Amino acid sequence: MNTDIYQPGKDDINDGLSTIERTVLSDYKYGFVTDIEADEAPMGLNEDTIRFISAKKNEPQWMLDWRLKAFAYWLKIAKEEPVWANIKFPAINYQDIIYYSAPKQKIAIDSLDQIDPELRKTFEKLGISLDEQKRLSGVAVDAVIDSVSIGTSFKAQLAELGIIFCSMSEAIQEHPALIQQYLSSVVPVTDNFYAALNAAVFSDGSFCYIPAGVRCPMELSTYFRINAENTGQFERTLIVAEAGSYVSYLEGCTAPMRDENQLHAAVVELVAMENAEIKYSTVQNWYPGDKQGKGGIYNFVTKRGICKGNNSKISWTQVETGSAITWKYPSVILKGDNSTGEFYSIAVTNNHQQADTGTKMMHIGKNTKSRIVSKGISAGVSNNSYRGLVQVGKNAANARNFSQCDSLLLGDKCGAHTFPYIEVKNNTAVVEHEATTSKIGEDQIFYCNQRGIDTETAVALIINGFAKEVMNQLPMEFAVEAQKLLAISLEGSVG
Amino acid sequence: MLSIHNLHAGIEEKQILKGINLDIKPGEVHAIMGPNGSGKSTLASVLAGKSNYTVTEGTVEFLGKDLLELSPEKRAGEGLFLGFQYPVEIPGLSTTNFIKTAVNEVRKYRGEAPLDAVSFLKMMKEKMALMNIDQSLLSRPLNEGFSGGEKKRNEIFQMAMLQPKLAILDETDSGLDIDAIRIVAGGVNKLRSKDNAVLLVTHYQRLLDYIVPDFVHVLYNGRIVRSGTKELAFELEERGYDFIKNEVNVAEEA
Repeated sequence: MNTDIYQPGKDDINDGLSTIERTVLSDYKYGFVTDIEADEAPMGLNEDTIRFISAKKNEPQWMLDWRLKAFAYWLKIAKEEPVWANIKFPAINYQDIIYYSAPKQKIAIDSLDQIDPELRKTFEKLGISLDEQKRLSGVAVDAVIDSVSIGTSFKAQLAELGIIFCSMSEAIQEHPALIQQYLSSVVPVTDNFYAALNAAVFSDGSFCYIPAGVRCPMELSTYFRINAENTGQFERTLIVAEAGSYVSYLEGCTAPMRDENQLHAAVVELVAMENAEIKYSTVQNWYPGDKQGKGGIYNFVTKRGICKGNNSKISWTQVETGSAITWKYPSVILKGDNSTGEFYSIAVTNNHQQADTGTKMMHIGKNTKSRIVSKGISAGVSNNSYRGLVQVGKNAANARNFSQCDSLLLGDKCGAHTFPYIEVKNNTAVVEHEATTSKIGEDQIFYCNQRGIDTETAVALIINGFAKEVMNQLPMEFAVEAQKLLAISLEGSVG
Repeated sequence: MLSIHNLHAGIEEKQILKGINLDIKPGEVHAIMGPNGSGKSTLASVLAGKSNYTVTEGTVEFLGKDLLELSPEKRAGEGLFLGFQYPVEIPGLSTTNFIKTAVNEVRKYRGEAPLDAVSFLKMMKEKMALMNIDQSLLSRPLNEGFSGGEKKRNEIFQMAMLQPKLAILDETDSGLDIDAIRIVAGGVNKLRSKDNAVLLVTHYQRLLDYIVPDFVHVLYNGRIVRSGTKELAFELEERGYDFIKNEVNVAEEA
């Protein structure tokens, strides 16, 4: 198969997706580039870069100070980049990255109609509609391309309920008190290498605030797209659910195909108060690199939620099919009594992809529960690791955990690994762990063939059966997309 | 319906089938018997289209089409069914979902509209009653944790759902006790009609007490060396395969 990297040109948007597909002959159909003028920081990372970003976003002084402090800390630990994960990659040159790139917009956006038509087309191609049309399926959408949020639909309707759903940049200006109260309250600047970097250079992301007792009436979603070359994307998302509230949030991610690796180091923080529930779903399809393992996104993400109040609940659902390397552990701190944390994950690796992903469930309050269902699918020559921590603190009476880690291997050149860590300091805890490993080999495919099912359909059937329990957790609108995505990402992996 | 002419096939360097000739007409039941290593399962696999076997010579015509040109799934679409000797397990895929996909893929091949959920369930219930299959078997992942008998009965159940023109049953009785054999054989017999045919590959005469063949062929060293009616099976049972081997060796020396 021809794996030439697509070269962007002026006529591409008008030619439409089929031309690009023909030109590129690749399975990654989001690999196109949007030809649009961008506003960029000079390459490299120093204090000036931080000031540049902050100035571009018109941030108040306290935000700039916060960033600079984070940057000073990162410089201190810059030599201690973590290397313990079960992944291999060449050292990242942090000076070789552009830390800010925003599509140039001619005018400030009051309505979605004013968004640059090229950008609108991009999102349409990706199947993301910024229109009020989305109302029919009841999904509010924020769109972030490179370092900026493009627009958020339904803001007015949500505002009537007291719900804030806007870009992080906007939140810093419009809701400083909330930001100051909650930003980095779950993932401190000093948490890890990439969190520190993110705190210094974070670009944009989403901010959601659900007031007490309010059940958010629609799915909130943000769509992240990396477009410009040589940039890193460092988004920052914060969701706060006050007592008795509910919100379901979904993020989707794609990026163009490029030869070089691009770094995506995001931080997501969730805060759930008493009796509140936050459901956070991710369908990640960053460019995974070509069949030889060249290019692709490095997806190094810190996601953490705190069940602060009693009876609160946070669930993470992720379908990770892209990225050259995925390194993330969406976690839940179960501080409130009777709180619940859930983690449902499908991680797919094909060709040369690598994944080291899992979760940390920290049981602190009484009668806390956690549930982990992790499905890893490996194909090609890829490597897929689950790493999970179930921690039960000294005073965490009656903690309950159930973990199930299943690996599915397609062919015999890929790898699946499981690293479960269980630390229990209270003897009333019940912790269960189950793990299975299975393989789809030629025999199973032939069995399906002999029953009239062709190989491609057979693989899709098998994968969907395997991944069903996790797929069922996704909001319905996205479950269908995710299923298609699974099938596409595993095309050609068997037979 | 099926016409095999001078079929030679092997795996890697080894020739296993060395000139098979066989004709099967609609409504007939043929049995292929033979000692271990004679090529019985190879014949079944080659007819089904398993890719690790290479056909080096000969032709196979099925319902007027060149069978060897077709991929395994197309052969199934044409009406060929293989009851596997060792049915594989597919974890996570429910038996019901598997069979529904198979039925609809075959219908698609034949240009028929797929069965909707209601019609499919109706057909399933009908065949379940016919084959005496329990609902619990069908909601489990395909063949996972099934006993030998359950796996074989599942094969025959799939046969009932797919309604093939030619069913090749590869050692369907292996690993089964008498009761299980009776149930499986009963199922096969219920599906027999003047429009379809069965090719039984078996080691023992016992199965043929229940599924009575019209023709019995003995496979030895990659060739059919004797053909007869069901009496031939009794003769083999009494005298063992040695007498056939001796006859063949004597003939070859001459």
